[in-house]
Amino acid sequence: MRYEAVIGLETHVELATNSKIFCSCGGHSTKGEPNTRVCPACAGMPGMLPVTNRRVVELAMRAGILLHCDISRYTTFDKKSYYYPDLPCAYQITQWFHPVCRNGSVEVTTKDGTRTIGIKQIHMEEDAGKLVHDDWTETTLVDFNRTSVPLIEIVSKPDFRTADEVMAYLEKLKTMFRFANISECEEGAMRCDVNISIRPEGTEELGVRTEIKNMSSLSSIRRAIQYETARHLDAVERGTETLVQETRRWDDVKGRTFSMRNKETAADYRYFPDPNLMPILIGEDWIRRVRDTMPASIEEKTAEYQSKGLSEKEIASLTSERALCDLFDAVTAAGRDPKEAASWILTECGGILRKHGQVMGELRVAPEKLSRIMEKVSGNEINRAAGRKVLEAVLYEDADPDAYCKAHNLSAQGDADAVRQVVLKVLDATPNAVKDYLGGKKKAFQALFGGCMKELKGNGDPQVIRTLLEEELSKRS
Amino acid sequence: MGQFVTEINANGVIAVDDTIQVKGYETRAGSRILEGFKPLFSAETVERLEGAGYAVAGKSAVGEFGLDLLGEFAHGGPCLDASGALRGAAAELVAAGQVRGALNVDLNGAPRRAAALSGVDFLKPTYGTVSRYGVIPCACSGEQVGVTAKTAGAVRELLRVIAGHDPKDGTSLPAETYDYGNGKDVPGMRVGLVRELTDAASDDMKARVTAYAERMRGLGVTVEEVSLPLAEAARTAWNLLLCAETCNNVSRYDGVKFGYRSPDYRNIDELYVNSRTEGLNFLTKAVILYGSDALSKGRYVTCYDKALRVRRLVWEQVKGLFKDFDALLCPACSRTEYRPYAIADAFKTVFEESLFTAIPNLTGVPAMASGGVQCFADTLRESSLLNLAEAMEGSGAK
Ligand SMILES: [Zn+2]
Repeated sequence: MRYEAVIGLETHVELATNSKIFCSCGGHSTKGEPNTRVCPACAGMPGMLPVTNRRVVELAMRAGILLHCDISRYTTFDKKSYYYPDLPCAYQITQWFHPVCRNGSVEVTTKDGTRTIGIKQIHMEEDAGKLVHDDWTETTLVDFNRTSVPLIEIVSKPDFRTADEVMAYLEKLKTMFRFANISECEEGAMRCDVNISIRPEGTEELGVRTEIKNMSSLSSIRRAIQYETARHLDAVERGTETLVQETRRWDDVKGRTFSMRNKETAADYRYFPDPNLMPILIGEDWIRRVRDTMPASIEEKTAEYQSKGLSEKEIASLTSERALCDLFDAVTAAGRDPKEAASWILTECGGILRKHGQVMGELRVAPEKLSRIMEKVSGNEINRAAGRKVLEAVLYEDADPDAYCKAHNLSAQGDADAVRQVVLKVLDATPNAVKDYLGGKKKAFQALFGGCMKELKGNGDPQVIRTLLEEELSKRS
Repeated sequence: MGQFVTEINANGVIAVDDTIQVKGYETRAGSRILEGFKPLFSAETVERLEGAGYAVAGKSAVGEFGLDLLGEFAHGGPCLDASGALRGAAAELVAAGQVRGALNVDLNGAPRRAAALSGVDFLKPTYGTVSRYGVIPCACSGEQVGVTAKTAGAVRELLRVIAGHDPKDGTSLPAETYDYGNGKDVPGMRVGLVRELTDAASDDMKARVTAYAERMRGLGVTVEEVSLPLAEAARTAWNLLLCAETCNNVSRYDGVKFGYRSPDYRNIDELYVNSRTEGLNFLTKAVILYGSDALSKGRYVTCYDKALRVRRLVWEQVKGLFKDFDALLCPACSRTEYRPYAIADAFKTVFEESLFTAIPNLTGVPAMASGGVQCFADTLRESSLLNLAEAMEGSGAK
């Protein structure tokens, strides 16, 4: 008999807001020294009252629009009670009864084709703090920086059949959310709970379901799904064990899942509506405003860049990061040629970043400065090689292009003087080639030209070298 | 000044219940569990009073989290008068003229009851008109900060200072000011005497309410008996919500970050359990157990959710009466005197007494104790309560 896996995902995504979900401190609060991104409210001091961060609701709506969900007209926050030292109030504010979005879908593409994955709901909630275990002193410390950081949880329907589909889905969410400025989706900002069961292919009834909690790396998720599917198959086909509905934990080092036989899995969370947070009524106007102010999607950007004559490869590279699109848009809006702009961003900036061991995602450059460099090169004020040098100084020394050129005597004229010195040096060093050329062997010119280029380490402007070579050779005829 | 648990300023004119935070001064809410807890900020109501020039004299004693009748089970002991009868600490400070007024949290009627027994005024304003920021939270859906003072005029004066929108409280209504009346317009008012609540009181309390109604008539007020059949259901619903919300809110007191920590524990579970066992009194524990049960999976629909539905029905019934009446008159408590009793009886006693006080907490309408009795009014109609009380005080009702 052939079996298929039935997989559902609960994905927690940290939202990119300037403050936490119910207080005004924080922001990207997982960073910073422990307990420095915390205020009396998110520390759970009595007397503080939660006030909803409007931005969180809007980003959740934005995610709902991208995932084709129905946006709820009436949505509430509820309290979920449990004791854990990383939860300062002993309750978490989440959405249990009336989540902000329902009934969506997303298409995922793998080598086996494209399938539609249903989205059951998206809800908003606050994150918990972090426990830091110190094995040396055998103590556990609590860091509340992450407490009350806004999250959305995207609950999929059990529509996945393979780990590949899960990977494609998570990659897609990541790209989509980064591109729409919903989340930065950096390491650890996206966490998954995975539900798995298996059943004979072609049947409808679900098998015994297990849940693997709290994984954040894609490779762990893939391995955990593969391991757990195999474990279910062994149990069903070969009777290696009896499956029970339970929560399991993935151990990345041992490469297997373990049953979490603790109280937490049997907890009654005693959900009830939070009386301190009034129900949120979402009207058509608000939805329209959120829709209208959404950053352009990848598809829209792709079409726009095609019309500007960029290549598929350039488009794919630019749209991999919202920030690259923003940079490209700003530089072209300042009047620079689109093809040139793409080349400067992807080839020149990319090359310099690689040289410094960085990746495109780390590119931080003021569009005005890049635009100014491009302007100087296209206006022949400096050559491209010099432009590259200026760019490097802009990226790593925060230099001003004009000031840098002046300070380093970079100009077309100064450049030509330097190239002339090289030309003279090459001519003096290879008298035979000079003689051959002057004797009519025009091919010798290529050797002389190559010598100059080599001397300039490939950074010379070919037109300038050619002109100066011809000029100096004619003086020697 | 035995009624103060913490004295702050000898020249102060306002007592602040120990369930309301004053920055830097120990706030224990009558409980051992908050021993040594010094808040980092003052309640919004305290800030507003201080900003208007009213200095805080000290923190007045309350029962643990304000859950009992009159502070009888406060960690520091009850407040008794010379005869040994129970008294509310803040109400006694006001009655004795030691302070001009007091801020109290009306969670289950304690300050209303205290005012009625001490012969002073207390007004629980409409839910959402006074900020709850800085209140040690129990039942957030119905508790409100109110004012105790000797006269309706003094209540009005302090209420004007503390009321108005506070962005730090998500349930705060948008208005900056409210109508607190002018002490006039009383002749021609219509008052309903709530039969179910009056019938449930002792004979001397009944007589007190009847006499009050008679004096109202003397001022040209029409008083008619009315029925509020859901009064008992309202009490049950409010106590259910109160237990559930309190259970959730006090679960943060675990001995880890602040307050009392048991010296006796070997692991985190024992730290939680022993700190709470030693830090909370029997009444609070009963509230926690009932509340936890009401919220459990098996009970949510039949208990908590049903209480929310009853809240809606009671609100409709009360609203219906306010179409015809400016205020509803009833006792604030069953008797005219209370004596200390065993804590084993506390949950039952508080539940029984809350029959008289639960409706305003459940529905958010304003309520005022004055002249030893109380009146309810429609949402945002504090003016009716203050005008009536002021006219009655002028007529020598006290
Ligand atoms: Zn905070």
